[in-house]
Amino acid sequence: MKNIDSYTHVRGESVYLDDIPVVNGTLYAAVFDSPVAHGKIKSLDIREAAAMHGVVKIFTAKDVPGDNQIGGIIPDEELLASTHVHFCGMPIALVVAETDEAARVALKKIKVVIESLPVITDPREAKEKGELIIPSRTFQIGDTINAWHQCEYVFEGRADTNGQEHLYIETQGAYSLPQENSAIRIYSSTQGPTAVQRTTARVLNIPMHQVEVDTTRLGGGFGGKEDQATTWGVMCALATYHLKKPVKYSLQRMEDMRMTGKRHPYSSDFKIGLNKDLKIVAYEATFYQNAGAAADLSPAVMERTLFHCTNSYFVPNVKATAYSCRTNLPPNTAFRGFGGPQGMFVIEAAIAKAADALGISASVIQQKNLLQTGDEFPYGQKAESEANECWDKAVELYDLEKLQKEISDFNHSNKQYKKGMALMPICFGISFTKTMMNQARALVHVYTDGSVGVSTGAVEMGQGVNTKMLQVATNIFSIDPAKVKINSTNTYRIANTSPSAASATADLNGKATEIACKEILKRLKKVAAEEFKTSEENIDLKDEWVYANGEKTMWEWKRLVFETYFRRISLSEHGHYTPPDIHYDLKKEKGHPFAYHVYGTVIITVTIDCLRGIYEFDSVKVVHDFGNSMNTIIDIGQCEGGIVQGIGWMTMEEIVYDKEGKLLSNALSTYKVPDIYSVPKEIDIHFLATQKDNLAIFRSKAVGEPPLLYGIGAYFALRNAVKAFNPSADIPYDAPMTPEKVLMSLYHPFKK
Amino acid sequence: MATDLPPGMVLLDFIRYQQHLVGTKIGCREGDCGACTILTGELNNDELQYHTVTSCLMPIGNAAGKHIVTIEGINHKEGLNPIQQAMADAGATQCGFCTPGFVMSLAGFCLDDKPATKENAIASIDGNICRCTGYKSIEKAAVDIVEKLKDKKEAIPFVTEQKILPEYFSGIKERLQRLRESINADTLKDVAGIKETPHFVGGGTDLYVQKHDEMKDATIRFLLHQPELNGIAKEDNKCIIGPSATVSDLLHSAIIHEAFPDFHRYAKLVSSTPIRNMATIAGNFINASPIGDFTIFFLALDAQISLTPNPSPGERGKRTLPLRKLYKGYKQLDKTPEEHIDKIWFELPGKNTLFHFEKVSKRTHLDIASVNSAIHLKMNGDVIDDAGISAGGVGPVPLYLQKTSEFLKGKKISEEIIHETIKTAQTEISPISDARGSKEYKRLLLRQLIKAHFLKLFPGILAESVLG
Ligand SMILES: Cc1cc2nc3c(=O)[nH]c(=O)nc-3n(C[C@H](O)[C@H](O)[C@H](O)COP(=O)(O)OP(=O)(O)OC[C@H]3O[C@@H](n4cnc5c(N)ncnc54)[C@H](O)[C@@H]3O)c2cc1C
Ligand code: FES
Ligand code: FES
Repeated sequence: MKNIDSYTHVRGESVYLDDIPVVNGTLYAAVFDSPVAHGKIKSLDIREAAAMHGVVKIFTAKDVPGDNQIGGIIPDEELLASTHVHFCGMPIALVVAETDEAARVALKKIKVVIESLPVITDPREAKEKGELIIPSRTFQIGDTINAWHQCEYVFEGRADTNGQEHLYIETQGAYSLPQENSAIRIYSSTQGPTAVQRTTARVLNIPMHQVEVDTTRLGGGFGGKEDQATTWGVMCALATYHLKKPVKYSLQRMEDMRMTGKRHPYSSDFKIGLNKDLKIVAYEATFYQNAGAAADLSPAVMERTLFHCTNSYFVPNVKATAYSCRTNLPPNTAFRGFGGPQGMFVIEAAIAKAADALGISASVIQQKNLLQTGDEFPYGQKAESEANECWDKAVELYDLEKLQKEISDFNHSNKQYKKGMALMPICFGISFTKTMMNQARALVHVYTDGSVGVSTGAVEMGQGVNTKMLQVATNIFSIDPAKVKINSTNTYRIANTSPSAASATADLNGKATEIACKEILKRLKKVAAEEFKTSEENIDLKDEWVYANGEKTMWEWKRLVFETYFRRISLSEHGHYTPPDIHYDLKKEKGHPFAYHVYGTVIITVTIDCLRGIYEFDSVKVVHDFGNSMNTIIDIGQCEGGIVQGIGWMTMEEIVYDKEGKLLSNALSTYKVPDIYSVPKEIDIHFLATQKDNLAIFRSKAVGEPPLLYGIGAYFALRNAVKAFNPSADIPYDAPMTPEKVLMSLYHPFKK
Repeated sequence: MATDLPPGMVLLDFIRYQQHLVGTKIGCREGDCGACTILTGELNNDELQYHTVTSCLMPIGNAAGKHIVTIEGINHKEGLNPIQQAMADAGATQCGFCTPGFVMSLAGFCLDDKPATKENAIASIDGNICRCTGYKSIEKAAVDIVEKLKDKKEAIPFVTEQKILPEYFSGIKERLQRLRESINADTLKDVAGIKETPHFVGGGTDLYVQKHDEMKDATIRFLLHQPELNGIAKEDNKCIIGPSATVSDLLHSAIIHEAFPDFHRYAKLVSSTPIRNMATIAGNFINASPIGDFTIFFLALDAQISLTPNPSPGERGKRTLPLRKLYKGYKQLDKTPEEHIDKIWFELPGKNTLFHFEKVSKRTHLDIASVNSAIHLKMNGDVIDDAGISAGGVGPVPLYLQKTSEFLKGKKISEEIIHETIKTAQTEISPISDARGSKEYKRLLLRQLIKAHFLKLFPGILAESVLG
């Protein structure tokens, strides 16, 4: 089934935040943000700006009626800076004017004097200076100290990954409207409507029931609107609260890039030990996460780095420590993979280093150490592994041996062009690692004409979750898809939602929808059973007809619905779901945090032009563990999109801050994401269909984040290609592998 | 339609916030994402031609006399047109925010007279960024559309007959002809009595990125459609280019194609289809970016420009200047604010002339160069009679490498000469580190691009030895 929004999407009729018709009297907001990365505000002069034509009011920290605080996990981030600024782009004042233009003109007239304080941009430096967001955490299994003796080979090194700009094509934004009795409705481009509601209530010091947050869809999120959409919703609400006027703020791209956080850059140290059979005996890693200036979601992201530090491998002795380091960059945040990719990159670097030193292909070590069912992760959960199935299938289906030979032949006969290949197995845990967040609710109404309205806590941002919700309802009721409508995500209809994140949205909300639909179905069947004088088990609904004892009756769906209503039986249900068996003990750092894991293997091939240092990806061949995919179009789309985004992170997407913490890659002209010409020529995706039972909705495994991990293979493929040209190249494990880094390593050392 | 809004306002704002046609999206306002792509139809020698443009960079002033088509204008009353159907069927839309832009670019492809090949279909969406799909599904949709166009001969009758686009397209030519007669030819000429020096606007693809806020209410002289500033002609062995000629005009010119058979390959490395449809050559020169691609291209050819003060005092006030003399320092020009370029010319390459252009950027397409370079060699047998070599991204201005060019004269190509050429070039450059690369990288890259020039122009040279 196609994405149910396709029709309006391709006609340009889908409504996004900036498309909502504005109400008369709407005012426009714009944020004045800090020009320096760290300092003390000596003075803030808004007089000239406030007096400008069209300016209605300028708000500062003083105008916050409640708690000037937006930090979700830790209250360490002010909505508007009161005395200090901690990053370039930190909001200081909010201008509200009659037009968008007037607001922006006024911004330029605000004068702020800031006494500069030392700026830290490097996480290792932050750690040295004791600037930690939370105390460090360590995951441990076995005993690494004693394990090193059993190792034949031990390698140490350092690995770095840069951040990544989300670059959702729709920028952040919100639109708030005053309601009677001082309530506020906020339209928000957010992945977490409840976060916007909760934070607005806290900042304005009003109860949550006064704040209605409504989200129809996002023009992309990727994690960037999980926590960081909140700011803009609250800003608009603050102005609406004071002015009793509708207030809108749709960020310009440069504002968005400058003021919002990104994927966390990490700098890490590793030590890996193998025995003579190339089994990994011990692994140690220390992760320095660049959290930026405030906690945001960093502690949770850091946790996932630790959960995924051994990727798809079984290692009996592991010690992994992570530090969340406070720097003067915009608070970094969720991004597809949520710290997992950063952790996996490091063990892949460790394996590559070992393979290089031993003169073998990394795939030999990778293959020998894949997880088996029953193997224990460092955090205590036992694997239900598909790792070997995926790997073996990929090797066989795509004929690895032949590929390897083709590449080596090509490299023998070509000087200017070299090919490189890498395999990358993946393993990703599904569930919010914070156990409490694994809950969801759905509200299903069947109307008397037989049409169905479904509301859930899931936010549609392109991942196709609404389509999957619709499939759940149509499937259970066995009715035509046209009879079902998925409504906007609204905090008045569905309360206390978890954000749409962690790839778990379809699972959690789908199950809640399933529960609600099944409950209604039960009542419907009961009515039919009475009518046709049989038991409920003998009633079936098929293609909008009621069957009793296997025979088609005179009742079609609509009649059944109406008869149920006539008998004063509820046609509505609010379903609540929470996955069973999930627990985690923070003190021991052990438990069963994930409902299940998703596995896969990719083979990536790249060709580099050794004259110019540029490259093209020839092919990406995947075997992916979808479980029993409930929507292959959507799942392939998630896979392809994730792969390309992952390759972007590893290749051309380069975030550049200067030493003063100013973002240099601050526009689409300086921050490049993949375009149609830079995607792999070929992407093959093979479904490893498994019939095993799992906790996914309709056994269709979550697919949002895992495919991004395949992109990591791109880095290692490039490295291998460079080595084919310059075997002595000393290439640091430092992603992204931009054309610059490729050329510099091809000709390392370069003398002019 | 007519409007009293300032002609400096961009079409995007007019479309979304005045006309409330919100199918056209905003992703960047910098020409870099394509979410705002629309079509413009104009009469060219009585031929109706459609181009895609990014509405975020196109001032209303440049829309005069044109048919402006937004996504709403290509929707059938109900149902999907074949472009939309192909996109939907292929799963080529996820969050959907980029989608109207892709649909418009593909509509532009359907209206184009170029052959309906997969390559051209993909090229038509080279200015559209999608962050969700990974493009494979979009490629699939594009192939599907190509299939639907296989019997296309004349674009407009075909697309209306096949119901690819709405029927009203068939009447546009006539309407534009009537419109042309009705609008006052002077509408967009200088408003009499203006004292301030006007901003000259060509395609606006640079100005509206750099000075977006200022432009809306600025006093503007629109140069794009002034007939005397347009056209590409041959006079003796010279090629004369109107300063308002766009990159796409060059791409369509038989003269350019004959002189530079690889021109379409070079142009493919420059911006994107909608930007090339707007970007003018003079705009590229005056923009004065150290990495302007056409500046580098024409520097190697030692192009000449002619400048006229404003208001024009006739031939008297004109002066000519070699392009290489235009650049005095970072974004500093030997040009007064009142002067505009009225003509560009260069000597056409002869039989014994070799030319090549190289560009490397972080992303190969739709990106500004880290380093670019062009070379122009006049050969006498295997001896270089005359040489011009230019390099961008390696100094405060686009560089004509004077010493390197001199050095090459009278030389026969050998490995050693290439080596010496590179050494000389390295003494003429002073790259700095920025978002497009470190200075060391830029030095290395220029070395590589010079090697690439010679490898390309002298196929006899062995890559083995030069690659080192
Ligand atoms: C997305 C994007 C990608 C781009 N990619 C590239 C690229 O790959 N390579 C590249 O080189 N450039 C690139 N550019 C920059 C730009 O497109 C070019 O420099 C273009 O040639 C500018 O032409 P224009 O007509 O649009 O200039 P405008 O913006 O109209 O004008 C630029 C400057 O030239 C002046 N001007 C224009 N015409 C005249 C004249 N006749 N006489 C005197 N002054 C004049 C204007 O006053 C202004 O100062 C890109 C721009 C965008 C938005
Ligand atoms: S809005 Fe991005 S190209 Fe116009
Ligand atoms: S579908 Fe989301 S950006 Fe293309």
